[in-house]
Amino acid sequence: MSFPTLGEALRSRGVSRRDFLQFCAATASALGLSTTLAPRIAAALEQARRPSVIWLPFQECTGCTESITRAHGATIESLIFETISLDYQHTLQAAAGDAAEQAREKAMKDNWGQYLLIVDGSIPTGNSGFSTIAGHDNLSMLKEAAAGAAAIIALGSCAAFGGIPAARPNPTGAVSVSEVVKDKPIINVPGCPPIPVVITGVLAQYLTFGKVPELDSLQRPKAFYGQTIHDRCYRRPFYERGQFADSFDDEGARLGWCLYKVGCKGPTTYNACATVKWNAGTSFPIEAGHGCIGCSQPGFWDQAGFYQPLSTANWGNARTVGTAIGVGAALGIASAALARKRQRAAEGN
Amino acid sequence: MSLLEFARGPALQWSITIFIVGVLWRLLGVFLLRSKKDLSEPRNRAAWKGLRLIGLRSWPRREFLEGTAFGEVMGYAFHVGFLVSLFFFTPHVLFFADVAKGLLGTDLTGLIGIGWPTLPNGIITFLSAVSIAALVAVLVHRIVSPVKRLISNFDDYFSWFVTVAPLATGMAAFAHLGGYPYERLLAFHLVSVELLLVWFPFGKLMHAFTIFAARGSTGMIFERRGASL
Repeated sequence: MSFPTLGEALRSRGVSRRDFLQFCAATASALGLSTTLAPRIAAALEQARRPSVIWLPFQECTGCTESITRAHGATIESLIFETISLDYQHTLQAAAGDAAEQAREKAMKDNWGQYLLIVDGSIPTGNSGFSTIAGHDNLSMLKEAAAGAAAIIALGSCAAFGGIPAARPNPTGAVSVSEVVKDKPIINVPGCPPIPVVITGVLAQYLTFGKVPELDSLQRPKAFYGQTIHDRCYRRPFYERGQFADSFDDEGARLGWCLYKVGCKGPTTYNACATVKWNAGTSFPIEAGHGCIGCSQPGFWDQAGFYQPLSTANWGNARTVGTAIGVGAALGIASAALARKRQRAAEGN
Repeated sequence: MSLLEFARGPALQWSITIFIVGVLWRLLGVFLLRSKKDLSEPRNRAAWKGLRLIGLRSWPRREFLEGTAFGEVMGYAFHVGFLVSLFFFTPHVLFFADVAKGLLGTDLTGLIGIGWPTLPNGIITFLSAVSIAALVAVLVHRIVSPVKRLISNFDDYFSWFVTVAPLATGMAAFAHLGGYPYERLLAFHLVSVELLLVWFPFGKLMHAFTIFAARGSTGMIFERRGASL
């Protein structure tokens, strides 16, 4: 069977050359590349054969799939996503049961060593029955699929860092993809869910240059995760001037002041929300009046309360402080008593 | 556990505990000592008048000004910079407010009737920089001056280090210095603060709690003995 190239597929869906080039320029910009590379991206994308993609959803909520497939209208990003040869994704594919599993096995066999593996959801390492697909536990399915993959995209915070399933007390022993697979290039695209354009951007880069993008220490594409939300936030000047909303309905909130005091985690969160935005570039959570919850950071669910200011660390509680006061006072009184005894003895001599 | 989680969690809890235990131990150990017996008739029984020594010793004496001016100016510069940065930088204030709420069960604003003011970041940055510059100046002066060098020991240098470190790491975190991830710089800042808290009760930094009591006590003794303040 001969698959169409990406260019052929896009043209058949009515995407004009102008729109396509605009998309390529925007992609180059989003990836931090010179826009002069847009024609090269366009040429590479046009000629790209659909890469085989196997998408394994493990312990997840389908939010990542929703984000990618339904957040936008019929944009070029979503068309590119549809155009890849998504050989297995049990939420989206029509086939079910044995037919679906056979499709996965066939795609793996036909494209061994070349397919792209997308994983969303964390992997339980406890009881193998915690999460299964067609009777196969997630851990063994991931290991089997990863062995033949050219690269792996860990989509969403659960796949990238363990996410909510790995939050304390982590009853299933949930881990990230990178804790299981050690010998394949892994691109973490965290977020709960991740931004759609980030995944298409990563795909476009992979199709154009045939390699994974430049990654940070947490294996995230630097182009999208290179700066904090705080660094690029349009409310940053209010932070600098010390103008904060003290609650979600006070004068500061109405004036659009900084949300640091009401728990915004923007200063420690690396993502492109403030620049790429959501819903076809409409806005992002802070623009909608809510602080960032840091969903693209490791362990975000266990980082204190969403509405606690970032600087209110886990300092203890009244009981520990009270105990410390008691111990300190006892030591002080005891040492003073000893000193007084010595004073008396000295005065007696 | 990441460095930041460690710094924001167990390290912070332990350092605060050690700080409280150490400070109370030393304060009560001194404050509960007995006064020495008078070896002669007291000249002035209204010893409380000697408390004015607290103010007198906080300001340079004209006759010694030439020799003490540098230390006085630099001392005030770094103390003011340090304290303003500590108590009026918004994230710090939020931390203190959270601690107060955890201990008292109510907001500070509700308790004292007014909000705790914060200063714009520009002012905090400027004062922190002044503080660091003054601390570097006094260190150089300590090393260059033969007398000061002779009477300095590990406590002096280490106390200087744990004082300047939170300022330097705080500014580095604020400015994202060196391109390091913010959370790593923040973790360094927290660890440096924790180092300060642990060292505080056991070194010369304890003067923060004892200096005014010591001056007052000395003043009262002098007054009682009829010595000129």
